[in-house]
Amino acid sequence: MKYIEPHAHMVSRTTDDYEKLALAGCAAICEPAFWAGFDRTSPAGFYDYYRQLTDYEPKRAAKFGIPHFCWLCINPKEAEDAGFAREVMQIIPEFLDKPTVLGIGEIGLNKNTRSELAIFEEHVQLALDRDLPILIHTPHLEDKRKGTRLILDSLASFSKLNRGKVIIDHVEEHTIGAVLDAGYWAGMTLYPESKCTPNRAIDMIECYANEQLWMNSACDWGVSDPLAVVKCGLEMRKRHYSNDFIESIVFENPKRFLSQSDRFRI
Amino acid sequence: MPTKQQILDLHFMDARCKLIDLAAFLDRVERHEGEADFRFEALKKALPILLSTQPGRAKAILDSLSDESTEPIEKATLQGAFGAPR
Ligand SMILES: [Zn+2]
Repeated sequence: MKYIEPHAHMVSRTTDDYEKLALAGCAAICEPAFWAGFDRTSPAGFYDYYRQLTDYEPKRAAKFGIPHFCWLCINPKEAEDAGFAREVMQIIPEFLDKPTVLGIGEIGLNKNTRSELAIFEEHVQLALDRDLPILIHTPHLEDKRKGTRLILDSLASFSKLNRGKVIIDHVEEHTIGAVLDAGYWAGMTLYPESKCTPNRAIDMIECYANEQLWMNSACDWGVSDPLAVVKCGLEMRKRHYSNDFIESIVFENPKRFLSQSDRFRI
Repeated sequence: MPTKQQILDLHFMDARCKLIDLAAFLDRVERHEGEADFRFEALKKALPILLSTQPGRAKAILDSLSDESTEPIEKATLQGAFGAPR
């Protein structure tokens, strides 16, 4: 199945996973900068992480014939100390000109704090200043609806923002409508224990019939499945969707959004 | 698009399994010693939504398990989440 994995944290995955993705038909992987499962203790820790994302990981993916792209930021889980976050943000411009960097992400909120929100808005401004696409993480579980609303309210104050160049990820049934209605793209994350199951994602595709939707595995250091997107494609086949329609969701949609960066070439 | 019959053929056994598992979970919590917490109450409060005759049950359950507050909080006291509002 030809598809794109638009959100995967491959630094936490094995080469066996790269092989599985290649065998499954993955045509490109995009890796947003995020938490590593633990808090980094210095800006230098982030410097090395950005080197890994922009230099080492593309080479590792290339061994399996898969183009690898990334998004850069300091993630909201580590943005509670705004002073620390701003120190890390000073490093980011140095990496933004690397050939596989698509934009700013995944920024957003985690516990919906004032500090997270301030750092989120500073990232949005950075993306605006450089005309870069934005990938937004929404909080988990009980914090998701409030966080998504805070993010939408905040984005509304950026009058120059091209809404079609922003994807708000990890939507579920209670947040997808507001995201799409406001003109943003929405990402559905297929995660075994939280977020969304394949059949719920297909239900949302049926109910919203929107061309600004993508699916991702967000596979990382936790319990997650790097093949979640193709497995959802298989569920779509069981539900009588044509191969062309499935490809429009798992390949054409993410390709259209990601191609807003000149660097996304596959 | 599949018919209702075909959706049942595809997903009935899975839904049946999850329903029984949920029932067993409720029994299990009640059978064990100590106090349950806000998560158990939040889950029980969401259960009647399953019997609603209106569509949008998944959204309604997610809404009922969401933090109702609207203002950003001053400071995070933890990084994770519980799955139900306190
Ligand atoms: Zn992620």
